[in-house]
Amino acid sequence: MGFFNRLKESLTKTRKGFVEKIDNLVHRRRVIDEELYDELEEVLIQADTGFNTAIELVERTRRTVKERRVDDAGELKLILKEHVQDMLGAEQAPVNINMYGPTVIMVVGVNGVGKTTTIGKLAHLYKSQGKKVLIGAADTFRAAAIDQLEVWAERVGVDLIKHQEGSDPAAVAYDSLQAARARGVDLLIIDTAGRLHTKINLMEELKKIGRVLSREMPGAPHEVLLVLDATTGQNALSQARLFGEAAGVTGIALTKLDGSAKGGMVIAVKQDLNIPVKMIGIGEGLNDLRPFSPGEFADALFDD
Amino acid sequence: MFASLAERLQETFKKLRGKGRLTESDVNEALREVRMALLEADVNFKVVKDFIARIKERAVGQELLASLNPAQHVIKIVHDELASLMGGSNSKINLAPKPPTVIMMVGLNGAGKTTTTAKLASLLRKQGRRPLMAAADVYRPAAVKQLEVLGKQLNVPVFTMDAGEDPVAIGVASVESAIMGARDIVIIDTAGRQEVNDELMAELETMKEAVSPHEILLVVDAMTGQAAVNVAETFNTRLGLDGVILTKLDGDTRGGAALSVRAVTGKPIKFAGVGEKLDALEQFHPDRMAERILGMGDMLTLIEKAQENFDTEQMAIMQKKIQNMEFTLDDFLDQLNQVKKLGPIDQILGMIPGLGGAKKLKDLQVDEKELVNVEAIIKSMTPAERTDPERVLNGSRKRRIASGSGTTVQEVNRLLKQFEQTRKMMKQLMDMEKTLKKGGKLAKNPFFS
Repeated sequence: MGFFNRLKESLTKTRKGFVEKIDNLVHRRRVIDEELYDELEEVLIQADTGFNTAIELVERTRRTVKERRVDDAGELKLILKEHVQDMLGAEQAPVNINMYGPTVIMVVGVNGVGKTTTIGKLAHLYKSQGKKVLIGAADTFRAAAIDQLEVWAERVGVDLIKHQEGSDPAAVAYDSLQAARARGVDLLIIDTAGRLHTKINLMEELKKIGRVLSREMPGAPHEVLLVLDATTGQNALSQARLFGEAAGVTGIALTKLDGSAKGGMVIAVKQDLNIPVKMIGIGEGLNDLRPFSPGEFADALFDD
Repeated sequence: MFASLAERLQETFKKLRGKGRLTESDVNEALREVRMALLEADVNFKVVKDFIARIKERAVGQELLASLNPAQHVIKIVHDELASLMGGSNSKINLAPKPPTVIMMVGLNGAGKTTTTAKLASLLRKQGRRPLMAAADVYRPAAVKQLEVLGKQLNVPVFTMDAGEDPVAIGVASVESAIMGARDIVIIDTAGRQEVNDELMAELETMKEAVSPHEILLVVDAMTGQAAVNVAETFNTRLGLDGVILTKLDGDTRGGAALSVRAVTGKPIKFAGVGEKLDALEQFHPDRMAERILGMGDMLTLIEKAQENFDTEQMAIMQKKIQNMEFTLDDFLDQLNQVKKLGPIDQILGMIPGLGGAKKLKDLQVDEKELVNVEAIIKSMTPAERTDPERVLNGSRKRRIASGSGTTVQEVNRLLKQFEQTRKMMKQLMDMEKTLKKGGKLAKNPFFS
């Protein structure tokens, strides 16, 4: 089964709720009126787009309807989809790659969003593309986080650099980078401990890891992936903002799209902070992490 | 950043002042704001709808209390209704008449079940119980190891079985082990699962059959969005929850999920996780949660504090001085000291609606040291300089003041500019009869910007 179908399948729940609601909406009523727009807004809010984004999307849809003199409610869905895609950024945002040595990817996020799992899948993805991958276990805080990552590294078949639990994460990052150079790897992925973005001292620790990396290799980390749980609501914006300030987030990995969550808040994150979604996690399997494509995402959400 | 609900309601009701009764259109307008606030706090859409309908019923046609303006009145109704929906506090675990009490921890992936299991064990042990933790999460790599490490830290035993065992079998065996080891509580840590995964949900049902838990607790991430309703509903329908534990409440989420979960399950939120340490599990306070969801700040506390600390007679004199533009640097210092009596500045800012969230942004953090400098500069001036700085102060005097206060001429100049702005602003405020209490919108004090 192709990836697109898998994505569609995993988003079935979402589509059922979302698309059916919109379909219901437009089939029940043939005229485009205020009530219809209100209901459209409701549907968007239920997808976690947040109030502001929902209003904005409905406004844009309303403008387009006027401009194109649309009077068939059936076209509303297509117009809305256009705007969602537009707000997400029309093009796929690739992971930044370092042309002159190992690419360093740092993975950050709040507790429990799926950082470690995402790293396992990410390592698998790159390894299957023939890249040499190394993982740095810089989550030295959470109990057994290193063990968890070790299981993933074994499963995927890549090396792992680790210290003791409780040691300095920046030191792990340093050693990982040295090892990455010495072993000539293509890609170094560094795990960090989950932390709430409001804890100033923990965010400082993250900055330190970044400083150590860029001191040892100008330009590193080349990609800072913020892992966002699709189940999260509007707090995702605050997470993206504060992790962005502390760690210079360059992209988002959206996880747990296989539940009933819709992940609509990534639209607001892209709009407000211009951070693109680069990867999405759509299941528990090794192959269930893929590059994010705004078009496919919108398609999977809106197409029948 | 959204203005707080209180502020926006004040705005909405400005034109309403003096009316004795809330009409339907007044209420509708206010409820639009309430709806927006709740939705931005991630309260589920359907829950908001029901809630708004109930408020409307209560608010329309109500006599206004003399002591409250219409905005405050609506806030009060909303707050009361929200608090009652959140329910009273209930942090009791159902104990088995005949030990061991069996507790099942369930929830989505990453909600914080394992950590919360350890926190709960720690709390129960402090209450004199002898808990056993059972590691039944066989799916996530190293989840068993994680619980073992936490058990070691707490000195609470952890029941484990060899890899490949069935979670239900682990649950059953852990209860037997508790009986053998004279442990009076077993907390079973189950694997995280998506509520749409039928197979894994069925596994929990089987485990429930097998271990007959006295308490099934749903662990919910406080940052959860609209999905909270589906999650809570599904877990509750399939398992029959006894309560909820809200985790990661120490962040800056408004936590609307708490209301959603409560509304669809009717089950109490018993505890809240408020930190990374293993003792960071607290009793849940529904009233505080209601305020947090509304983004109301703790205005009441601030008003109380201000009344305690401000000398009313002095306030009257001050008002007159401002009116006549006789406000001097001495008075300014007095005012600063009054404010300082209220407590640390950043705490006060946190209590003011609208600034509560913004406080976390660094640019709004007030440097208390700066206030010390202000005091030093003013105290290094002669009485004449304090009374009429604009006319008296020249370059040489400013240099003297700077060296006397251990600051620089630039700092002295900055203070003078700020003082002048403050004076003008206060005068304007007075003229507009917009005092803090009546007017609603807080003017920006240049010292806090």
